[in-house]
Amino acid sequence: MSVITERAATATPPPKAPAARRKSLLARSNWRTHIVLIISLVVMIYPLLWLVGASFKPEDQIFSTWDPLPLHGFTLSNYTSGWNATGTSFTVYIANSLVISALVVVGNLLTCSAAAYAFARLDFAGKKFWFGLMLSTLMLPFQATMIPQYAIFYKLGWVNTFLPLIVPYFLAVDAFFIFLMTQFIRGIPRELDEAAEIDGAGHVRVFFSVILPLLRPALITTTVLTFVWTYSDFLRQLVYLSDNSKYTVPLGLNAFVDRTSGSSYGGLFAMSVVTLLPMMAVFLIFQKRLVDGVASSGIKG
Amino acid sequence: MASVNTDQRVAAPGPSATVRDPKPRKRKKHKHNRAAYAFLTPWLIGVFGLTLIPMVYSLYLSMTNYNLLTSPTWIGLKNYTLLFQDPNFIQSAKVTIEYVVFSVPLKLGAALLVAVLLNKKLRGLSFYRSAFYLPSLIGASVAVAVMWQQVFSQQGLLNEFLGVFGIHGQDWIGQPSTALWTLILLSAWQFGTPMLIFLAGLKQLPKDVYEAAELDGSGAIRTFVKITLPLLSPMIFFNLVLETINAFQTFTPAYVISGGQGGPIGSTLLYTLYLYQKGFGSLEMGYASAMAWILFLVIGAFTALYFATARKWVTYGD
Repeated sequence: MSVITERAATATPPPKAPAARRKSLLARSNWRTHIVLIISLVVMIYPLLWLVGASFKPEDQIFSTWDPLPLHGFTLSNYTSGWNATGTSFTVYIANSLVISALVVVGNLLTCSAAAYAFARLDFAGKKFWFGLMLSTLMLPFQATMIPQYAIFYKLGWVNTFLPLIVPYFLAVDAFFIFLMTQFIRGIPRELDEAAEIDGAGHVRVFFSVILPLLRPALITTTVLTFVWTYSDFLRQLVYLSDNSKYTVPLGLNAFVDRTSGSSYGGLFAMSVVTLLPMMAVFLIFQKRLVDGVASSGIKG
Repeated sequence: MASVNTDQRVAAPGPSATVRDPKPRKRKKHKHNRAAYAFLTPWLIGVFGLTLIPMVYSLYLSMTNYNLLTSPTWIGLKNYTLLFQDPNFIQSAKVTIEYVVFSVPLKLGAALLVAVLLNKKLRGLSFYRSAFYLPSLIGASVAVAVMWQQVFSQQGLLNEFLGVFGIHGQDWIGQPSTALWTLILLSAWQFGTPMLIFLAGLKQLPKDVYEAAELDGSGAIRTFVKITLPLLSPMIFFNLVLETINAFQTFTPAYVISGGQGGPIGSTLLYTLYLYQKGFGSLEMGYASAMAWILFLVIGAFTALYFATARKWVTYGD
């Protein structure tokens, strides 16, 4: 690399021609790039558009054309019929999902930030070891602890309740957010801590009045990502919930799939769209934050 | 760089930037022990109660027959020997390896390609970024699996589209030869997350290197291979590890698209699906625990392999 920078320093660019050539080249290739990107985007997003359009089509037209627009008969009947098709109203499913997601968000926000504060700011014995352990749990597949956790929760009588889906998140089990927040806190200048300490603040005060307010962007990212991941989590909910009335949105939709034996795709599609709506809303409102949060998670330090 | 005498610890500035006296032994005074452990208590309970102890328990269970209702009965390594003779296990291992081997490069390749395209100071960049990220956000959901199933079914979207050109498409989901590929494509479809990471990495690349390369007359491809790729290698590594681990854990699409069966004829029987069937379908939890440990070790082996070979091709910034 140093060789290249050396040669760059010594080379003198000839004046006009290459500059003009570069400019027109860029303009042309940008135009082509846009075409490529737009075509790729259309191809990728098309199935979603088709799904939404199909949910508004009468049953017999769903598979007869591939254009997404319900041009020959717009109907809401798929939505009304699908809503209660599994025997339990989708309202119940949505309510269950929202309750669980909200509680998990709270759990993550509280416990992951506390742990992150310790890792980022405090000096204690075994810090490196614990931090390494925390990082390595990031790479642990859920399957590694799925069965023994189930056995433990079974003995506690928590199976078929929401408890196994919520309580772990009050124990900072989502190491990803601990890591995210630790990195974020490291970027907060220590002078602010020290100023508060001089005023007589202990760690708890510093945490609540100095760190947490400044942690707000990371807290929002945590909230959004936690909500999305919990709302669409399937396996964990599949394992623990067996009563239809306790089903969450993914389980409810899956129950619908089981009943659809080639006859009522309209309702299935309509309910699929319904389940995607909260995520789409989150996406539209928080897209910048999501994108920034994901992008920065790959940059170390 | 000052030479570090292992006998003397001249400590680097600690949290409150005080210089400690050099002491001959490693006895550092940790100032915040009590506070730290207070803040860490929830996590510590979680790490022990939900991770470490369960993993040990799982190891124990893997050497028993256990159906949750009665106590585990010890059988030693029998589960493991049974595993390797179980045709379904072997099938699920083959299917999963195939899935990982194809989906990860496809996903990362698409992510890299689009990231490079988007890196050109385009107008509408933030729109493109968000739009390509959307599938990643919703991709793991049941709804998307449902949608995907209907895109590739006999009467589905893809075949309707092909029909416009007079091509009669087959039942992509129902044919053993193509069923897994619909899952692989679904995974690749969600390239948004690694793409964002690549894009962020590309933005950080030093511009002067590129200008120099252009002056040298380096073509786009040569520049890409000789400059961009090495500079991006930490991101590539990060994404590789992350996406491989994710790929091994894939469950929802396989379950929903095959109706929990892993069909047709086991062609979509991902390892996690078979594990689920064994653990929660037939309540053979000892067997499933053995499967879980093998999965853990395989993922660990892949990760270790990545880290071990990283030195050869990952170059961190100067």
